[in-house]
Amino acid sequence: MIGVIPFGMIYGILAIAAGLPPSAAQAMSCIIFAGSSQFVSAQLFGLGVPAIVNIFTIWVINLRHGLYSASIAPYIQKLPTRWKMILTYLLTDEAYAVTILHYQNQDGKQYKHWFYLGAGLTLWTTWQLSTAAGIFLGTTVPASWSLDFTLALIFIALVIPSLKDKASLAAAVTAGFAAVILFSLPLKTGLLAGSLIGIIVGILVEGNS
Amino acid sequence: MITWLTIFTAGFLTYATRLFPIITFGKFDIPAQVERALRFVPVSVLTAIFLPELVYINEELRLSLLNPRLLAGLLAIIVAWKTKNVIYTIVIGMVALWTLQFIFNLPMIEIGY
Repeated sequence: MIGVIPFGMIYGILAIAAGLPPSAAQAMSCIIFAGSSQFVSAQLFGLGVPAIVNIFTIWVINLRHGLYSASIAPYIQKLPTRWKMILTYLLTDEAYAVTILHYQNQDGKQYKHWFYLGAGLTLWTTWQLSTAAGIFLGTTVPASWSLDFTLALIFIALVIPSLKDKASLAAAVTAGFAAVILFSLPLKTGLLAGSLIGIIVGILVEGNS
Repeated sequence: MITWLTIFTAGFLTYATRLFPIITFGKFDIPAQVERALRFVPVSVLTAIFLPELVYINEELRLSLLNPRLLAGLLAIIVAWKTKNVIYTIVIGMVALWTLQFIFNLPMIEIGY
């Protein structure tokens, strides 16, 4: 939860540094509401890649939310549709992490969706406010601070602890090296190509073990 | 205009991705193949993003021990592996980067950073 604040501020700073207008930088936090993809998208805006590449990249990065959705679906299937629509909007990495643990806890308590709503709204508010703070600071932080490097560091912190088996290790290493080798592909598509190669290698390694 | 179109379309696709499994629950099963592939999406995508950030400086490949981003990144990988802590990883990584940039910028070391 505390980790969301610097993450949101750095996103705001980088989005402004990439040349996004403050309104668009904040709108991304409201409309897309998915930190990692917003970071990458801000970079792609800065590089001026075609919109279709930017959109597709954001979508691929956020595909994992489909997994969270499938995992949480059985717990909320009896709720009315409007509840599902709202809870869906709030389904981020952090909200999923705390909510699924709460659901899996077999204590027989009802109204667990209120816990989900509370966690989701808290995260949403924190994300919007920290984005705004970052946007406000954005123009005052000099480039020599190399704050863009925090993007790599955040991703390292997210990826490394989750490499618990041979298949995900193989997927990550292949994706990383492929992205480095394919870096000069036009329109920054090396990132997508590298990811795809990594996913395929992960499946192959898992199938063989 | 195109910026807003990008944000709205990406927002819609992200929301649809989050919504689809919830509203179709019980209507059909996600193919096992797709489920297996999805597991590798986060680690693959995020690594494909951060590794080039460590070895490319201004669009130029710098596979050198005098590349401060590569060194600080390798240190951050070790910290993330040992501590599993996001804040430690960011703080130690940034301090390492600033320190290395300062050292490599000292006038007696002429390597061009």
